[in-house]
Amino acid sequence: MVDDKNKNGNGDANQEEDSSRRKFLKDAGIFTGGVVGAGFLGGVIGNKWWDDSDSATESKTTPDFSEARIFFNRREDFNVLSWATERIFPEDDHGPGAILLGVPYFIDRQLAGPWGKNADDYMMGPFKEGESTQGFQSPLNRGEIFTQGIREINKVSNKKFKSSFPELEEEQQNEVLMMFENDEVELKNVSSARFFSLLRQATLEGAYSDPLYGGNRNMDGWRMKEFPGAQSAYINEIEEEDFIKMDPVSLSDYNQ
Amino acid sequence: MAKKLDKVEVVTVGVGWTGGIIAAELAKAGYQVLGLERGVETSLDDYNQIKDELKYNPRNEMMDDLSDATLTFRNNLDTEALPIRDNGNLRIGKDTGGGGSHWAAQYHRYFPYDYEIYSKTVERYGKDKIPEGMTIQDWGITYDEIEPYYDKFEKMAGISGEEDPFGPQRSNPYPTPPMKDVPITKMFKKAAKNLGYHPLTLASATLSESYENPDGQRINACQYCAFCYSHGCQFGAKSDPIITVIPTAQETNNFELRTNANVTRILYEDGKAKGVLYTDTRTGEEFEQPADVVVMTSYTFNNVRLLLLSEIGKPYNPKTGEGVIGKNFCDHHVADGASSVRGFFNDKKFNLYAGAGGLGAIFYDLAADNFDHSDVDFIHGGVARITQGGSGAITHNPVPKGTPSWGREFKEKSLFYANRTLNVNFMFAVMPWKDHYMDLDPNYTDRSGDPLLRVTFDFKDQDHNLLKFGRDVCEDVMKEMGADIIEPSEDIEHISGSFIFQHSSGGAIMGNSPETSAVNNYSQMWDVDNLFVVGASAFPHFSSANPTGTVGAMAYRAAEGIEEFLANGGGQLVEPKDAKANT
Repeated sequence: MVDDKNKNGNGDANQEEDSSRRKFLKDAGIFTGGVVGAGFLGGVIGNKWWDDSDSATESKTTPDFSEARIFFNRREDFNVLSWATERIFPEDDHGPGAILLGVPYFIDRQLAGPWGKNADDYMMGPFKEGESTQGFQSPLNRGEIFTQGIREINKVSNKKFKSSFPELEEEQQNEVLMMFENDEVELKNVSSARFFSLLRQATLEGAYSDPLYGGNRNMDGWRMKEFPGAQSAYINEIEEEDFIKMDPVSLSDYNQ
Repeated sequence: MAKKLDKVEVVTVGVGWTGGIIAAELAKAGYQVLGLERGVETSLDDYNQIKDELKYNPRNEMMDDLSDATLTFRNNLDTEALPIRDNGNLRIGKDTGGGGSHWAAQYHRYFPYDYEIYSKTVERYGKDKIPEGMTIQDWGITYDEIEPYYDKFEKMAGISGEEDPFGPQRSNPYPTPPMKDVPITKMFKKAAKNLGYHPLTLASATLSESYENPDGQRINACQYCAFCYSHGCQFGAKSDPIITVIPTAQETNNFELRTNANVTRILYEDGKAKGVLYTDTRTGEEFEQPADVVVMTSYTFNNVRLLLLSEIGKPYNPKTGEGVIGKNFCDHHVADGASSVRGFFNDKKFNLYAGAGGLGAIFYDLAADNFDHSDVDFIHGGVARITQGGSGAITHNPVPKGTPSWGREFKEKSLFYANRTLNVNFMFAVMPWKDHYMDLDPNYTDRSGDPLLRVTFDFKDQDHNLLKFGRDVCEDVMKEMGADIIEPSEDIEHISGSFIFQHSSGGAIMGNSPETSAVNNYSQMWDVDNLFVVGASAFPHFSSANPTGTVGAMAYRAAEGIEEFLANGGGQLVEPKDAKANT
C-alpha cells in the first residue's frame, strides 16, 4: 500500500456515488435550453465535490457573471461542445467531469482569444497537405475548426441515431466521438482526427489549468490528480520518500 | 530609405546567452557595444506570474511567435518543404535572455572526442568506420584548448555539479555542489550501479546554493518549485542572461540594449561587414546601424538565414557537397520519443509535481568514444538519464499502452498513474549528413517577402541503430528500478518537423579550413574577418548532451578573439589548415 502523507490535513472529500444526481445532470442538462452551466447546477443540487467548504453556499447565493459565452453564439453549438468534453473527461467516483469543472466555458474563452485565432502561428499560404512528418497545414484557425467539428458531431448524431448529440446515451456519444478520433468523418480543410485531438487537448487544458481561466473549478481537477498547483516551493518536500498530499493553491491565492 | 545611425564598435544581433556574454566581456574591456534585440527587455519582475502551466507551456508565452516567419521542413531533397505552422512545434526563445531564460538548465561539457571526431574515429577504427555521406569533421579546436572557456562559463553561471569518472579533465571543480539527491535519482543511481555503470547527479544551472559570480551577480538557491523548463525562474535561482551577463554589461555603461529591433540584413561590401539593417518592430521604420564588428548571436536558424539573405559566404550544395553556409544541420531532441522507456509503478508514488529543470541523474559510460565501438553499427553514443523537472497537471497524463486516450478508463488510469510513472531516456548524439542542410525556401516567405529558411533532415541507419542501443540500455535500467509495467518507446521511421527543445545546430560550422567550414575556432568568418557567428550554428555535429555549456564556451572564446581583433586593427585570427573531414 502507498503511504500517503497528508501535509495540510486535507482528506478525500470526493467519495460517494450519486447516480440520481448524474441523472439529474443529464435530465436538467444543458440541452434543455434553460439556464445552463455548472454554477446553476451547483446551486440547485449542491456540489458534493466541495461541499465541506464555503463555496457551495456561495454558489447558491452569488450569481456567476462569468457564465456567459463569448465565442459560441449559438447555444446548440455550446451544448454539443459541453457534452463532448464531458465524454472526454467524465464525472466519476474521483470527482467532477468537464461540465462541472467549467471546461466548456474555458474552451469558449480560449477560442475567443489569440489561441482560437492562431495569432502566434504561421498562416500564410499556399496550403498543401504534405507528408505526415510535415505537421498540420490547415488554412482554418482553431475557432473555425471547432465550429465546423462541433456542428458535424451533431449532424453525425442525427444521421446515425436520429437524435441530437446532447440527447444521446453515453455509449452513443462515445461512438460518435470515436468516428472523429478515427478520422472517419469528412470535414472541410481539416481532418476530423485533427479536430478531435484539439478538442481533447482543450478539454484536458480546461480540467487542469489554473482556475483563473474558467476551468478547473474550485481546483477540483488538481485535487483529483493530487496536483498542488502554484505552491511557492518544494525545497522542504523534494527529498521525502513518501507521497505528500497538499491542498492546492491557485494563482489568485498565490498573489494575495 | 533606411535612416543611417552613428557607428558603434561592436553590434550583436540578439541578446541571449551569446549576445550577453559578448556584450559583457567587450563592455568590461572598454569597447562600446550595442545589443539589438528583436523582443523586449525582461527582468525578474516579468517572472512574477510564472506558476501558470497553460500560459508558459502549451501556449508558449516565452517563445517566438511564428505569425511573421517560421521554417519550412522536409525529410529529403525530393519532397516539397512545407512551413511549420504551429508555434508549439518550433519553440525558440524571444525577448532578452532568449533560450537562456526558458531552458531546463541541465549542464554538460562536450568530450575531447567531439572536437576531433574525424581524426579520433579514423585513428581507432579506420576510415571505413565512417559511413559514406556522414560529413563529420574535426572542429578546428581541441578540448584542451576550449577547456578554459568552459571554466569561465561555469564560473559565470555558478554551475552545480560533481566530478564524473568518465568526464573530460577539468581545471577546476564546479563552482557549487550538486543539487539534492531525491528518491527517483537514488533509484536510478542504484539501478545503474548494479548494471555496472557510473551514475552521478546531473550538473545544473539551477543552483544548489546561493552564489555570487566573478562579475558580482547573485544567483539564488533553487527552491525545486517545478515551474522551470519553459518558464523563467521567479527566484532568480536559474542562471539566465537577464540576471548575469546582461546586467554585467549594463553596469559598465559601455553597453546599449536596443529592443524591438529586428535585424533583416548584414550589410556587406568588399569583403567586410559594414553593419546591419534593422526594422523597429513597432513602427516598421528601417535603420542602418554601422559597426566595426558585427556579431551574430541569435539562434541557429536566424544566424544561418541572415547569412543566406545577406549573401555572405558560399551557400552549401547538398548534391556536390560544395559550399558551407547551411551545411551539417543536426537536431538533437527531435526523436526524444524514440529513445525512452516509461515505467509504471503500481505500489509506489513519487512527488512528481515537485522538481527543477536541472534535477536529475545521469551516466556517461556510453557517450562519445567512452566504450569500444568495434562491434556496434554506429559511432558516438548517448547519455542515459532520469530527470525530475516537475510534472505539470495539463501535460502529464501517462497511461499504459492499450488505454484509450479519453473517457472513463483514461480518466481513471491517468489519475492513478500521474504520480506513479517514471521515464528514463537516452539522449543521443546526432551526426551530420551530406543531404541534411539548410537553405532558403523557394516558395514561402515572411511578410516582407524574404524567403523562409528551409530545413532538410531525417533519420539514417546510424540513428535507428543508436536509438535501439539506447532504448535497450534504458529498459535494463527501468527493470532494475523495479517498475511493474515497462514500455520502451517505438522506433520512428522518419523525423517530424517539430523543433521544440532549441537544440538545433550547424549551418555556419567551425573547422580547420574554409573549404569545409564557415568560421574559425574564434567563430570568426573565414570570408569576412569582422563578422563573427556565434552559437550552436558553429557545431559541426551535435554531441549527446545539451548544448548550452559548449555554446557559452564558444562565446567566451569569440569575445577574446574580438578583443584581439579590435586591439590589433583587424585580420584573420587563425591560419587555415587542411580540413580533417569526411567528404
